[in-house]
Amino acid sequence: MKTAIACLGLLLSSTLDAIEVEYSDHVFVPGHQSLQYWLLPSPVPTPADNPQTSEKIALGKMLFFDPRLSGDSNMSCATCHNPMLAWSDSQSVALGYRSQKLTRATPPIINVAYNHLQMWDGRLRTLEEQALAPMEAQLEMHANLDEKIALLQSIEGYVEAFSLAFPDEAISKQTMAKAIASFERTVISDSSNFDAWVKGDKNALTRVEIEGFKLFINPQKGNCSVCHSAPNFTDDGFHNIGLASFGDKHPDLGRYKQRPLNLMKGAFKTPTLRDVALSAPFFHDGSAATLTQVVKHYSDGGVVKTNLSPNFKANQLSEDEISAIVAFLNALTSPHEPIQLPKLPQ
Amino acid sequence: MRRITLPILLLSMTSHISLAEEYVVSQKNKSFSEDKISINVGDTVHFLNEDPFFHNIFSLSDEQFFDLGSYPKDESRSVVFDTPGVIEVECAIHSKMFLLIEVKKSENK
Repeated sequence: MKTAIACLGLLLSSTLDAIEVEYSDHVFVPGHQSLQYWLLPSPVPTPADNPQTSEKIALGKMLFFDPRLSGDSNMSCATCHNPMLAWSDSQSVALGYRSQKLTRATPPIINVAYNHLQMWDGRLRTLEEQALAPMEAQLEMHANLDEKIALLQSIEGYVEAFSLAFPDEAISKQTMAKAIASFERTVISDSSNFDAWVKGDKNALTRVEIEGFKLFINPQKGNCSVCHSAPNFTDDGFHNIGLASFGDKHPDLGRYKQRPLNLMKGAFKTPTLRDVALSAPFFHDGSAATLTQVVKHYSDGGVVKTNLSPNFKANQLSEDEISAIVAFLNALTSPHEPIQLPKLPQ
Repeated sequence: MRRITLPILLLSMTSHISLAEEYVVSQKNKSFSEDKISINVGDTVHFLNEDPFFHNIFSLSDEQFFDLGSYPKDESRSVVFDTPGVIEVECAIHSKMFLLIEVKKSENK
């Protein structure tokens, strides 16, 4: 097994395919080979038909922050995915068109470049597919994209930016989506204290944070990494985690609408935990205000226990163990440069 | 990187001239051991979980719908494929897992 672990770092440096490492095979020494599978691959994966360019990223950033691309010209992508609030909105559930309450929390866009599927229920595959969906949704940005394309075509600065980003293509839904997706792929969290510790910085984590990591990956304790797995702290999977809201008269069935299997009733995508400390409230319904509440929820085995994910185990953690896991989660925050807002062409 | 295991076991010779074969496709590291296999009508595929957590293998394909439910490490569930066609197999829990099974009409049958 040790030989196998020795190969893991090399194998995982260029792929997101998961390797399952037994808890007992970990050596909790900073920089140890058995920990390297937690590092995210770099550069971020990009589709063959939309490689990253600085021109596309710059254009995508303008589109992302431009409120004129909504029905009332007052909401941008950044209204909900606000960089000042860790690319989310601090609301329990998102507020859409004319402040209508939607049914799910705004997922942060941090590390969405690594997602296998997009949205809480995984209904969209690529960022290019996802980028325009909230813009067109009647309950969200409520935009008529044909009108918005005409608007962009009428603004000289946008015509120039599109020309630089897509020299051989017109301003279209496709080029808008490609540009926004390219910008979103720059929102990355991969340099937390945990990452520094994995790379060998022995001072990067405290004793309690290391203890929290051990509990996090121990199947007999936190059992967190069974779903929040390496390297992006997600299994790209769908789980019913026993939230109280699943007991509602007409609960949100989540993934079930995409994959009508009993197990998928009330199942939602496992979110990344990178930068998680910045994005309260938590869960798809925003029902947990603190990370301590989140960990306690799992420790208690959930509230509504029908149709729970089979990988969910109630392990009854002590208060100290819960605190240690929370300390570890707080060590997953990367330092970020303040976002430089774009000047929008008029 | 993906460990490939596709042991092909001769199962039985029926009273007819047909040979029904059995295949084992394992689930390891949140992947199927194969991306695509080709079998004949009447063959059986055993879906063996080798991961230390549950999988839930299913297909919504028109030719053959099945939901094997959730099962843990070292357990398997089996499907006899009785309709020709291309069957898409997934894990409900782990969205990256995907397997195509080409079910061919056996010339021997």
